[in-house]
Amino acid sequence: MPIKSYLAHPHDGKYEALVSELSNISGCDIIPSENEEIAIIVSDTKDDFEDQNLQIKINSIKSLKMLSLVSGFETNQ
Amino acid sequence: MIKKISSRREFLKKMAAASAMTAAATLFPGIIFAEEQIQNIKTSGDIKWTKAPCRFCGVGCGVLIGTENNKAVAVKGDPNSSVNKGLCCVKGYHQTICMYAKDRLTKPLVKKNGQYVETSMEEALDLVASKMKETIEKHGKDSVAMYTSGQSTIPEGYVASKFMKGAIGTNNLDCNARLCMASAVTGFLTTFGADEPMGCYEDIEHADVFVTWGNNMAEMHPVLFSRMLDQRLKRDVKIIDFATRTTRSSMASDRSILFNPQTDLAVANAIAYEIINNGWMNKSFVNEHCNFNKGLTNIGYGTEDKFSFTDKPEKIDLEAYKEFLKDYTPEKVSELSGVSVKDIKFLANIYGDPNKKVVSYWCMGMNQHTRGTWINNLVYNIHLLTGKISQPGNGPFSLTGQPSACGTAREVGTFTHKLPHGVVMNEKHREHAAKIWKVPVERIPSKPTYHATEMFRALDRGDIKFIWTQVTNPMVSLPKVGRYTQGAKKEDRFIVVSDVFPTPTSDVADVILPAAWHIEKNGIYGNSERRTQHWHKMVEPPGEALADAWQTIEVAKRMGYGDLFPYNKETHEDEIYNEYRLHHEGKKHNMAPLEVLKSQSGALWPYVDGKETKWRYNAKYDPACDNGKDFHFYGKKDGKAIIWQRPYEAPAESPDNEYPFWLNTGRVIEHWHTGSMTRRIPVLHQAMPHAYVELHPDDAKKMSISNGQKVKVISRRGTTVLPASINERGLPTKGQVFVPFFDENMMINEVTLDAFCPISKEPDYKKCAVKIEKV
Repeated sequence: MPIKSYLAHPHDGKYEALVSELSNISGCDIIPSENEEIAIIVSDTKDDFEDQNLQIKINSIKSLKMLSLVSGFETNQ
Repeated sequence: MIKKISSRREFLKKMAAASAMTAAATLFPGIIFAEEQIQNIKTSGDIKWTKAPCRFCGVGCGVLIGTENNKAVAVKGDPNSSVNKGLCCVKGYHQTICMYAKDRLTKPLVKKNGQYVETSMEEALDLVASKMKETIEKHGKDSVAMYTSGQSTIPEGYVASKFMKGAIGTNNLDCNARLCMASAVTGFLTTFGADEPMGCYEDIEHADVFVTWGNNMAEMHPVLFSRMLDQRLKRDVKIIDFATRTTRSSMASDRSILFNPQTDLAVANAIAYEIINNGWMNKSFVNEHCNFNKGLTNIGYGTEDKFSFTDKPEKIDLEAYKEFLKDYTPEKVSELSGVSVKDIKFLANIYGDPNKKVVSYWCMGMNQHTRGTWINNLVYNIHLLTGKISQPGNGPFSLTGQPSACGTAREVGTFTHKLPHGVVMNEKHREHAAKIWKVPVERIPSKPTYHATEMFRALDRGDIKFIWTQVTNPMVSLPKVGRYTQGAKKEDRFIVVSDVFPTPTSDVADVILPAAWHIEKNGIYGNSERRTQHWHKMVEPPGEALADAWQTIEVAKRMGYGDLFPYNKETHEDEIYNEYRLHHEGKKHNMAPLEVLKSQSGALWPYVDGKETKWRYNAKYDPACDNGKDFHFYGKKDGKAIIWQRPYEAPAESPDNEYPFWLNTGRVIEHWHTGSMTRRIPVLHQAMPHAYVELHPDDAKKMSISNGQKVKVISRRGTTVLPASINERGLPTKGQVFVPFFDENMMINEVTLDAFCPISKEPDYKKCAVKIEKV
């Protein structure tokens, strides 16, 4: 049951679109910054398969320039 | 501890989010995730949220601490605080985690035959009192000392002052704020005759330009920096970074201008020259509200024991000042400072433009300076010459590093020369203090004794035999610390250390007294903008840990001074604050009543007729102005501020053939000062696990030093070994290295020089000569 956090960087001028598109994806929480164009994603999935699918979904967002993994936890609870 | 928020899974999600926030903060200084911080992780359940000022820096953010079952479980920014408006930085957000560190001090420890032995608090306090008494009997009052802190609460500082000066009768009290803002104090006193900034943080919403003088606000004062960035997003605001090293602040600013170490003195004079030469001086303001003075020159550096200096101010006129400034044309100063003529004129133009509101911010870069008082004076000169002072969005503003450097160190006066109101040298001030303390006035000595550096020199020499430190870690933070550590270990010295955690300072102690942390006691802090903030005790301290103020009171009682400390253990903080307020009564410094502080996120002093004062010396805002004019600098007898003629003078030590690099030291966003708290917060420690030495890439290449490679930083005082950092956090100029001082395992203060400003006695941690060798 992986829990991961990422920093999501948008393409120029696409920050709002990125936050909006990320908000529509289930299985993750979005924490947008108030004063910089960067958002935190915290993913919470059942297993590695679901986690990989989620990553594919996030990476397919056109307004996303770069996704950096910051931390990851594996937990059974 | 945090697992109990609800579940392990929720805890891990919080940790994951926190790690990402920390990573984001290192990439984007001043970044804010306000929504997350306001909502925090959990709002349901039995969590009780209580307001407090943050434990860490001098910004004084309001935080809400979440407690459950006598434990602190969460922190969020207080949306009702005008300081941070719900925002919080990474350190503030994680502050309570260190309270539950495994090595927290919970039992008094007494050194017996070289080993620490647990004892009861009663026995430990008996021993401290008897040792102090015995030392006084044997060696006199001035053989005992207390060294306290800008992190001590107002009640803690107040009882320390009353105990040392009013009860024992010695001025052997100084504090670590001497190391961080004493030059700001002497700067304010020499120019305005009264300490602390005239403006407030609300200036940020009014200024058009911010000039930061040697001040990495993005890492040291991130919430204020984020407020500046926020203004830049909303309107046409510029941030100009004027520094000796490229930092996160430089990168986030509109313009970064670098100068050679110490030459800020010359550049400030060049700006004044340009202002006058171009006809930008506000003549009516200067004529009406300013005098001109000069002081002594070639004033020394204090590197020798028992150094003494007293300035001799002499009145001059505008013409003499103009003549003096002829040595500081942009062309002449450019050569010395490395700042282009164009950039000097650019800076002068910002200050000289009557349509631009300008705030100057500074902190350690200007204060930790062998001419710290002078550079403070020179920046005030610029604001006085242009009349850009004491108005919304216009003013000089010295930021502090510690949460109560203003409230406790400066306002209560835990310096050797200070009293809660005024100075020991002034008979009327001594009489005022003696009356409130109910002690004979002759008990308060009229001569200051030891400032911080000299206090530890006296300990090394043996002039001081007993010292008690509270809420501070001098064996990491003092310059040239090797001498003072060895001095403290000498056989007939007795060292008492009150602290929350073991530190290199407690390592040299004979008695270690476990202290209550921030929210384990009632407290009051005063921040950089004259805001006094109260908090209630929220959880019980562990084991026998005890509030520092009560430790002092218990020792005072044991020494026979109980009648001076008639406070109740449960309510002593309130009783002490109410007594302390008596010292400051009057329109110039009245403190807000306790009930006001308890009901809101602080209040700015002077607090007069139920109102705080946002801009001092301006008749429109300050009820203490009574000269019938628009401005009144009432700290001076004639109501006029002073424009000081202060020259450039070289630093105490400069690079040479043997030691070819400048060493600059400072802080990083993840750690607070000597790291004793933040290094016990896993997410911050993991983000910045150790210190490093920054080199310019060209210097590193020339010496074949690669990133991460261990190198020795060597000075005439000592050596430390650190990994090299090239093109990472900051970028020093060629010929300069930078080392943060938070890491007790890579102690850069073994290397630094104990030279200080002869007026403020604040050491210069920013400039000494070193060489670099590969290990």
